[in-house]
Amino acid sequence: MKKLVQIENVGMGFDTKQGHFVALRDISLTVREGEFVTLIGHSGCGKSTLLNLIAGLTLPTAGVLICNGREVAGPGPERAVVFQNHSLLPWLTCFDNVYLAVERVFGTKEGKPRLKTRTHEALDLVGLTHAETKYPQEISGGMKQRVGIARALAMEPKILLLDEPFGALDALTRANLQDELMRITAQTNATVVMVTHDVDEAVLLSDRVVMLTNGPAATIGEILHVDLPRPRDRLALAHDPVFLECRATLLEFLYQKQLRRAA
Amino acid sequence: MSATAMTIDNPAAPAAEKRPPSAAPAVQAVENASAFRRRLMPPEGALCRNQKSVSAVRRQRLGAGFAAALRLLLPPVLGLAAFVGIWALVSKSSPQLPGPALVFDAAVQLFSDPFYRNGPNDQGIGWNILNSLSRVGIGFGLAALVGIPFGFMIGRFKFLNDMAAPIISLLRPVSPLAWLPIGLMVFKAANPAAIWVIFISAIWPMIINTAVGVQRVPQDYLNVARVLSLSEWKVFTKILFPAVLPYMMTGVRLSMGVAWLVIVAAEMLTGGVGLGFWVWDEWNNLKVENIIVAIFIVGVVGLLLEQALVLLAKQFSYE
Repeated sequence: MKKLVQIENVGMGFDTKQGHFVALRDISLTVREGEFVTLIGHSGCGKSTLLNLIAGLTLPTAGVLICNGREVAGPGPERAVVFQNHSLLPWLTCFDNVYLAVERVFGTKEGKPRLKTRTHEALDLVGLTHAETKYPQEISGGMKQRVGIARALAMEPKILLLDEPFGALDALTRANLQDELMRITAQTNATVVMVTHDVDEAVLLSDRVVMLTNGPAATIGEILHVDLPRPRDRLALAHDPVFLECRATLLEFLYQKQLRRAA
Repeated sequence: MSATAMTIDNPAAPAAEKRPPSAAPAVQAVENASAFRRRLMPPEGALCRNQKSVSAVRRQRLGAGFAAALRLLLPPVLGLAAFVGIWALVSKSSPQLPGPALVFDAAVQLFSDPFYRNGPNDQGIGWNILNSLSRVGIGFGLAALVGIPFGFMIGRFKFLNDMAAPIISLLRPVSPLAWLPIGLMVFKAANPAAIWVIFISAIWPMIINTAVGVQRVPQDYLNVARVLSLSEWKVFTKILFPAVLPYMMTGVRLSMGVAWLVIVAAEMLTGGVGLGFWVWDEWNNLKVENIIVAIFIVGVVGLLLEQALVLLAKQFSYE
């Protein structure tokens, strides 16, 4: 499959009052088209920083990132981000929040009716047709995150970047949205990079799980290939030996090899 | 979200599971209907008892509403009564201070003919109020026209902010009336000088609050703008302006308060028709009861302006 994102020897440092702080070092990773890659690690290890680097929201202090054959020099709509806290604009309805993105990406090429159809389709994909006219503060946390996903998907991005998208949700809602995300990525054949700290979520959703070592100067510790056929069913997987094996590998990495001492 | 989530997450949910719930409402409906019939045709004694209890409940509810209204109104009414009482007592012991009754009579007389005109220095109270309001309106409007865009600019561009900060810190604490001679010198007329004083005193809260609002736009919203690569214009209309609006409205309210405070003092110095001048004129005429009426008018108009802006601000708040 085609290489979509190439991360080559990327490092990221910040200048702080205590001097130079190295958050990430020597990160090299390739994401292929249609792949679902998860970044996992303890909090503060720099997984969100790595995602922001792919998004172009921050630029690396070492190495290069290449997306779709071009160096990442800033954010762009071909790399859509779903933020941890949904980041919907509270003064726009769900429809208008998605429409803002649709208009930006397709506004120059397509007429208004087509843009509206696209918006309706995106909200339909996440099952929120009934909430189009509602404002973000009128809907639940899970619904907000769906609108965030709809906004990202409506842009038809080359790659979807998810920053702990379900971190703030309760377990049941989270499971629902995970299933839905699996259905959507299968349907749209999307390439996804997702940050999580949930071991089950990582194994359930991913083709590959990238394990980051503890910061400072975090880097890739191990990479786990999840060889489970799709579509995946969470109930069937609960007793699947491959699933359990993958889960054990991740737990071992996080709680034995990378145990956090003071946190 | 629950209902849709369930249907979407389990598209293959067996149809058999759906049958029991669809049967249940029918049973429920039959039960409801019989209960309804029972309620429609109760035994005679029960009917009387029910009626009595309904009216009792209604009376009780009315009583509760009355008690709530009383709880809400009683403290301010008591406070006002105490205020008027103390005022009456004080005025009895000092003959110069007119009591509440005298002031009330003066007010009735003043408002019986609010729009008379006997030459430039003797006009009805209505004209005085309208003249003061129009000065405040013009000065305040100009301040908003200049201050809000300026606030946006210094909020958005740090360099401009750093340039403006020392000037703002230096000029903001200056008493508004200190600007009056400058106004008189530049405009060579009293009325524009008064408007100038309003302008200069009303502009600071609007600049500062707008700038703070721009600086406090959540980074998440700006990140959305960056990921979408929105144009500057779209960033302004869709993100910056709506996010700053509540801060801006706070600035507008503070400015209006300051402007209304300052107008009385400014008009005392500049003269012409207006509440401030009128207060000074009545002092020269030694009509203290009219001065007290003027104090109440200034208070009431200020209160109304404040409330109007609070209502306006509510229209713009999205939380």
